[in-house]
Amino acid sequence: MTNNISVDVRSARKVYDATSGTVVALDSVSVQIRKGEFFTLLGPSGCGKTTLLRLIAGFESPTAGEILLNGTDISGKPPFERPVNTVFQSYALFPHLTVRQNISFGLEMLGRPKDEVARKTDEVLELVKMTAMADRKPQQLSGGQQQRVALARALAPEPEVLLLDEPLSALDLKLRKEMQHELKRLQLETGITFIFVTHDQEEALTMSDRVAVMRDGRILQVGNPRDIYTRPVDRFVADFIGETNFLSATIDGKKVRLATGDTVAASGVEAHSEGAAVTLAIRPEQVRVDDKGGLAATVAETVYFGTDTHLHLTLGDGSELVARLQSPPSGEIGLSPGAKVSVSFTEGAVQVLEH
Amino acid sequence: MASKRTKTFSITTIPGFTFMAIATFVILYAPIATLVIYSFNGGTSVAAWGGFSTKWYAVAWENSQVQEATLRSVFIATLSSAIATTLATMAALGTTRRGKYKGWNFIYLLINQPIMVPEIVTAVALLIFFASIKVATGYTGLGYLIAAHSAFCIPFAYLPIRARLEGMDLTLETAAGDLYARPFTTFRRITLPLLTPGIAAGAMLAFVISLDDVIITEFVKSAGQDTLPTYMLGQLRRAATPEVNAISTALLVLTVILLTAFFLLTRKRD
Ligand SMILES: Nc1ncnc2c1ncn2[C@@H]1O[C@H](COP(=O)(O)OP(=O)(O)O)[C@@H](O)[C@H]1O
Ligand SMILES: [Mg+2]
Repeated sequence: MTNNISVDVRSARKVYDATSGTVVALDSVSVQIRKGEFFTLLGPSGCGKTTLLRLIAGFESPTAGEILLNGTDISGKPPFERPVNTVFQSYALFPHLTVRQNISFGLEMLGRPKDEVARKTDEVLELVKMTAMADRKPQQLSGGQQQRVALARALAPEPEVLLLDEPLSALDLKLRKEMQHELKRLQLETGITFIFVTHDQEEALTMSDRVAVMRDGRILQVGNPRDIYTRPVDRFVADFIGETNFLSATIDGKKVRLATGDTVAASGVEAHSEGAAVTLAIRPEQVRVDDKGGLAATVAETVYFGTDTHLHLTLGDGSELVARLQSPPSGEIGLSPGAKVSVSFTEGAVQVLEH
Repeated sequence: MASKRTKTFSITTIPGFTFMAIATFVILYAPIATLVIYSFNGGTSVAAWGGFSTKWYAVAWENSQVQEATLRSVFIATLSSAIATTLATMAALGTTRRGKYKGWNFIYLLINQPIMVPEIVTAVALLIFFASIKVATGYTGLGYLIAAHSAFCIPFAYLPIRARLEGMDLTLETAAGDLYARPFTTFRRITLPLLTPGIAAGAMLAFVISLDDVIITEFVKSAGQDTLPTYMLGQLRRAATPEVNAISTALLVLTVILLTAFFLLTRKRD
């Protein structure tokens, strides 16, 4: 089993000395990244994503803990001895070298024979569709093109692991979508393990095989996008990955009892004891609004989003709930503030948070 | 963008600004213009015009003392600027690739000492210091001048190199290491090429500073070690002819060329 693990981070801790005291950038992080996987570190700015990448790349050494690559401890090795390459957020292309020279740099440093360097460089140029620009300097390229060169440069030496630190954040929306496909394609074609950093939840969900959600130097949850979205472990994860309704409830047998007195079916009940106070997470698109048969609610506000209409509802006990309904062809959902409705949830949609 | 309400103070609105500006330029450039004009004087006076001629350039060109002094000046400037630039590059690398530390300001002060200490003080100090070495070793060659010039050229070479280093993105070096380059290879393939314009600018500035120096050279030189500026000073003490103007003009042209190159090299590029 262990031989399909590419990067194994064991209790890695990183403390920086700053002028205002020490900063715990990573607090005992453990995570195993599988070979050939598209793995994403997702979290708000300052949560330690870059620090974790820098530890794996070797730019920084861990204060405690270790990092294994293919089963061997590489914690003590300098970056130039690790078969790991990085795509920097700022691209960090060498301004005095041409596109081709940038891309062949790594291969040259590895001491590969000249003809192999030339052949591989051509191959990678082709892969990122930059052959026509090979003799330009980085300053003569657009942001998207520089991005491709940065990718090509990191891919050319065929590393075991490719680290990408928010590589798409500097691009405009259209280009970003394009590059998301491009990255996914490159990862599938090369079979290289990608560790991708982003603070954009949609990007994380659409591109990754697995996602680790981080906060304050810790990993809160690791799982595939569906797991993370449908079974978030806590309020932070649920909230960070898309919009969520949170309701307070108590465990009542195999169900949960809401503050309104109603009981509803929920998953994740087993993890808690009878009568325990818990938080429920329900995605707005899983909330159904009918005439009768469910919880009584009053419409507080409707917000039109084009494809969807958000219905802000108030339950009997005053707690609030948002339902995301598909807009009808006319755009008019036909419910105005004050309307009495009945609310129910799609089966399996009510999730009891672990903590 | 600035609206009328947010108009800031402008010095150009002060009464008499135009007059002051013109007066300043006249004071700055009239003497130089006169010097250049009189280098083409056909007569023998530096003050009375005797018709246009380039004969003083020919006289200067053929004057063996001028030739010798020029060669000596260029020799000293070349060697000193090379030494100063090498040391300044090392100093710049040593002082910029560091964490924050309060003592750095003091280090900068030490490196820039030749700019702060009055030149005459340095000159006297060097005179006395070198005199004792001369007595002790018996050596009276150009080494003293080269050592002195190298020393006072260091801060001039250091400043543009340090500016260039500080403007350099450290991520580039990290990226080179990530791409399997060892630290020295990174320095040779990435840092040094990117630093070259700064080094060239520093070298040029050092060269000009060495070439123009009078005070320290006058104090340090032994007999028969005149550089072009000290030779000219000697000439002016006797009978001055437009030959001095011609030499000055030639020196001016050379300096302007070097300084233009300096500004082109240090100009911000994006
Ligand atoms: N070199 C450093 N010195 C001091 N503090 C740092 C340094 N690098 C990062 N930090 C701090 O560590 C925390 C994590 O930073 P980082 O890993 O860059 O977060 P992210 O990439 O998720 O935005 C932040 O609080 C940041 O301020
Ligand atoms: Mg970051």
